[in-house]
Amino acid sequence: MLSLELLFIPLLAAILLLFANEKAAKPLALVFGLVEAVFTVYAYQVFQQNGSEAFEFQMPWVNKPQINIHFGLDGISLLMVILTNLLVPFIVLSGFNRDTKRPAVFYALISFMHFALLGVFMALDGFIYYIFWELALIPIYFIAFNWGDENSPKVTLKFFIYTLAGSLLMLFGFLYLYMGMPNHSLDWSVLSTQHTCSCNQTWLFWMFFAAFAIKIPIIPFHTWQPDTYKSAPTQGTMLLSGIMLKMGTYSLLRWLLPIFPAGMIEWQPIVITLSVTGIVYASIIAIMQRDLKKLFAYSSIAHVGLIAAGIFTLSVEGIQGSLVQMLAHGINVVGLFFCADIILNRKGTLQIHQLGGIRLQSPWFAAFFLIVVLGAVALPLTNGFVGEFMLLYSLFKYNVWLGAVAGTSVILGAVYMLKMYQTAILGDTTEHSEPMEALQWNEKVVLIGIISLIFILGIFPGIVTNLTQPAIDQLIKLI
Amino acid sequence: MNTLIYTSVLGFGLMVLEVIKLRKWISPILILGLSILFGINIHDWNQPGSFMGNMLEVNNFTVGFNALAIFITLLILMLASEYYADEEHHISDYMAIMTFVLCGAQMMLGYTNLVMFFIGVETLSISLYALSGSKRFDIKSNEAGFKYFLMGSFASGFLLFGIALVYGATQSFDLNKIAEYASGDVVTPLFLTGVLLILFALFFKVSAAPFHFWAPDVYEGAPSIITAFMSTLVKVVGFAAFYKFLHVFAYLIPLKFEWLIVTVAILSLVTGNLSALAQDNFKRLMAYSGISHAGYLLIGLIGAATFPSSSILYYGFGYALSTIGAFSIAMAVFKSTGSEDISAFNGLGKKNPILAACLSATMLGLAGIPPFAGFFGKFYIFSEALQNGHFYLVLIGILSSMVGVYYYMKVVIAMYAKPANETKIEISLTNQLVMWLCLVLVLIVGIMPSLVTGLF
Repeated sequence: MLSLELLFIPLLAAILLLFANEKAAKPLALVFGLVEAVFTVYAYQVFQQNGSEAFEFQMPWVNKPQINIHFGLDGISLLMVILTNLLVPFIVLSGFNRDTKRPAVFYALISFMHFALLGVFMALDGFIYYIFWELALIPIYFIAFNWGDENSPKVTLKFFIYTLAGSLLMLFGFLYLYMGMPNHSLDWSVLSTQHTCSCNQTWLFWMFFAAFAIKIPIIPFHTWQPDTYKSAPTQGTMLLSGIMLKMGTYSLLRWLLPIFPAGMIEWQPIVITLSVTGIVYASIIAIMQRDLKKLFAYSSIAHVGLIAAGIFTLSVEGIQGSLVQMLAHGINVVGLFFCADIILNRKGTLQIHQLGGIRLQSPWFAAFFLIVVLGAVALPLTNGFVGEFMLLYSLFKYNVWLGAVAGTSVILGAVYMLKMYQTAILGDTTEHSEPMEALQWNEKVVLIGIISLIFILGIFPGIVTNLTQPAIDQLIKLI
Repeated sequence: MNTLIYTSVLGFGLMVLEVIKLRKWISPILILGLSILFGINIHDWNQPGSFMGNMLEVNNFTVGFNALAIFITLLILMLASEYYADEEHHISDYMAIMTFVLCGAQMMLGYTNLVMFFIGVETLSISLYALSGSKRFDIKSNEAGFKYFLMGSFASGFLLFGIALVYGATQSFDLNKIAEYASGDVVTPLFLTGVLLILFALFFKVSAAPFHFWAPDVYEGAPSIITAFMSTLVKVVGFAAFYKFLHVFAYLIPLKFEWLIVTVAILSLVTGNLSALAQDNFKRLMAYSGISHAGYLLIGLIGAATFPSSSILYYGFGYALSTIGAFSIAMAVFKSTGSEDISAFNGLGKKNPILAACLSATMLGLAGIPPFAGFFGKFYIFSEALQNGHFYLVLIGILSSMVGVYYYMKVVIAMYAKPANETKIEISLTNQLVMWLCLVLVLIVGIMPSLVTGLF
């Protein structure tokens, strides 16, 4: 039942916000985000004591076709729920000193997105999962569309069509599975135990994989991503990159692997090769970027490519590493985009070569930014390190050559990140550079929060691994 | 049966009101009358019967679809009372003819005899020819009425000819006798030709490609309210009648006509969706979207032998209410801006955020995105087709849904992304009421599909 309560709070927030006073919208959204975060802590305690039982919720919804509302949590889902509920308050808070037009609607959409994301992470019936998957698309579409820059109509339409194309293929896959199941059910427990024959798994795999690969995005399904990240408002980009793309990687573990173990093994070499190619490709493109947000977008492709590759090694280390890295990447990328937003807010530009000398103007900001950057390039003791280490290790175990190629991403990552940092933050101020105003209280809170998370998870990765280990063991058994 | 009689009485009553100079009372009386009719219709629930020497039947199927048809008419007439507010001296004509369309629709739903079917189709069509051309001084409306009449007459000709051939083969107009004949061992070419011709006429009525050429022009030229009426009521009733007709040939379809329906379905999906991409006029866009929806429904009809009629009702419900909701807003926009192009919606998101949000919701509903009713409607159809092994048909259906999203989104983009023009959009209370009613119902039924699909 706890799962319903987790879902209910953001939904309530979304509805209340729609009718809220424009001035009250931001604090109200934050209060609800914090309530949800505190509730998550409670849920975590309950999970540690009683396991997943307390979260189980099942209720018949439609009798023809047989659809049950089924929510539940295991360690992996809980990790995603924690990530979502941790990041949303930060994302809300980060907009406190910004002028947003029509804030009530904007924050209502964010809360609704929050609700849909939680639904995706907790749904255990194929239909419910699919519906939440689609629901998550609508608010982010309008956020990116309405509050983005002048290019956003064109860019977001591409994003919308792309992701919808993927989800429709997935719907087709679900329908096919539903017809094939002897007792016509899309419940996760049924799907993960009664596999269709491997002849079907071969092609059904791609119906699902396409949907996930577009969301993640894995090259060559990524072309919507950099432009969308750039055009969307920063809070939208944070939602997209921090949480929404985790929908894809999470779904690989929750749905693809249990339903199509044979398909996973069959396509494993191709997907890993694609992912590894993507890592290198995106890293090289990132080096050439002049726009800060685009650079982060490509670096994000590189990181999630590694996560996907790790999952597809189908080993405990790979999956464990991918989970650690999913959490770490969510936190880091939100930090990166937030820093970019602060720079944009002060300097009015994100072109790297037009920046410079920020360290002289605002040493605190430079320090904060550096820590986030170091987290992203996976320095030991930061959260990026543990996950990346485990992922590369699993890749090496799978194939030394692929591992070696993927390993270059660490070097390339350091190259583009540090190069960017050097040009944008260090050095002298450029001619037309605007003054750098001091950080506001809400910006400090967000940055300090993110940095503490970076260190906590870097020093105690056991928090994550202990949580997810039982669930991973169960997953591995399915293969 | 009573419903049909009282509907006709209501229609004539309206004309009498005109004669005795009670013009102002027409709209309230009509709305009250339709609500009563709705009740009378529901009263027949679970009381099946056969009337007029076995020409009309009443059962839960007819009651369900009748209820939807009456409800659509009610919504449309509410909009119409607003739309025709400036043309008071013609209002009784318009309202009465629209009521007669409903009569025709009821005959098409309840027929058990092909003669009754033909009378129903003609009552419905002739009323609509008149309505499409009802803007007498507008050349486009004239063109629409004339074009619809010409093409429609051909279709009626086909229908009549087909019925005659079927009669020749079976010596009966009665559906049960025809069904008996069709399930027998010997089926003559005469009979098959007859059925084929009837199918052509039906394809025409539901505007499936390649029998769709009239639809865009007629939809564009006809007064907006009539476009909304045609695209909802006629389509839903047409498909119900189609379903009933195919049901008779439960054994014959897979053998003889499946290829035909499959081809028409694919053609409708492809032409409907692809042509819609290129439209700038909102009403033409809706016409092509209607053609593509005909394609989806045809996929459902292929399995008419096993496909539950409640799913057709569900799809019709979602489609009709989303469309009426969209038109209730669009008509207000057309009236204020004087343009019927998609560009008329430019900047609506800034000028009137609530209207824009509602219109976006109806567009998403038409595109079949959950939680609106359009999603489960498509879902039922696709899952049924997959069960019958129509693998590629479903794939084409899904691909064309994707294209659909693109052009429905065009309207949304116009509202939010394009700069606003000066005109202020005024929307009357009636339109708002209809809009909210449609939206809430589509949402409720989208979240709880069993409300409709559990009916029969």
